[in-house]
Amino acid sequence: MNNKTLFAVSAAILALAFTAGTIAFKKAEKNRVARIAEYSRAPLVRDHAPTLGEASAPVSIVEFIDPACETCWAFYPRVKEKMAANPGKIRLVLRFAPFHEGSDKVAAALAAAHRQGKFWPALEALMATQDDWAAHHTARVEKIWPHLDGLGLDLKKLKADMRSPEIAGEIAQDLEDARVLNVTKTPEFFVNGKGLPTFGFGPLIMLIDDALAGRD
Amino acid sequence: MMAGSPRVQEDSTTWRLIFGAWVIAASATLGALFFGEVMKLPPCSLCWYQRIFMFPLALILPIGLFPLDRKVVRYALPLAVIGGLFAAFHLLLIAGVIPESIKPCSRGVPCSEKVIEWFGFVTIPLLSAAASASIITLLALAGLRRSNEQ
Repeated sequence: MNNKTLFAVSAAILALAFTAGTIAFKKAEKNRVARIAEYSRAPLVRDHAPTLGEASAPVSIVEFIDPACETCWAFYPRVKEKMAANPGKIRLVLRFAPFHEGSDKVAAALAAAHRQGKFWPALEALMATQDDWAAHHTARVEKIWPHLDGLGLDLKKLKADMRSPEIAGEIAQDLEDARVLNVTKTPEFFVNGKGLPTFGFGPLIMLIDDALAGRD
Repeated sequence: MMAGSPRVQEDSTTWRLIFGAWVIAASATLGALFFGEVMKLPPCSLCWYQRIFMFPLALILPIGLFPLDRKVVRYALPLAVIGGLFAAFHLLLIAGVIPESIKPCSRGVPCSEKVIEWFGFVTIPLLSAAASASIITLLALAGLRRSNEQ
């Protein structure tokens, strides 16, 4: 074998090994997550998780969000549009995956707002003002308070609640479930227990449409 | 120069040494990309420095193979040595020889965290150190042949 052939064959073997490894790993990972979701819906939905829509809705979307993640907010209004277009058919469950620095505190504040029945208005208020309190991928919880004014929240109680061990436990549970379900980036969606085949708004809509049509 | 002359044999041994170094560098590069891009393990900062010195080797060594340019050792060896030093430092950090206080990275992914431990002892920095050490050895051998000749 001459040098050029030797080199070409080696390069081809390496490239092939990488591709085969990638395919095998993705397949194994997909099976693993599917098995978990099948075996138990527990890691997907917990009692403490805020939900929107009717519990009897045939389609359940579980979304893992990071309050400081911009992409999450790009998806949110479109998910709501989809819900509005199919009244009573879709339920949204929000889980926290606060991967950004400082995000866990903002998640705790939102969980505390949930205690006062104001999770969704608080979420939308923070979403609209994300630029102000989350710059350079760092969430600054001390800057969120002005944006929560006027929602009728008892901020004093909220600040006390967000430091409670119960809420810390909820966030820890969300993070643990995210780990089990292999959520490494946000937003991540599970539609009736099924994860996105590839990331993007199109695949999400397809998954929702399939579930709406009972093809899941 | 006739085929089979000592010079040609010398050349083909040097070529194989550099080729061997490339196989290791390319495997290490693909392996690092597999950990990062496929398994989605975020690289810690020391891992980034090891990548910085490993990835160019996968490119620079084959350039020196076609046609054989022995000078490639001169350009590649410093990269391998510096990368190897980072890997050695990383190993000492994981082993706990280097104390917490001088850890260069505490934010993000801590470098002292073992994300992979195969057979109870194979960690990513160990793979990196082994790759660097083999590349250094092969390139040094190739370099020595050259200086003996002069």
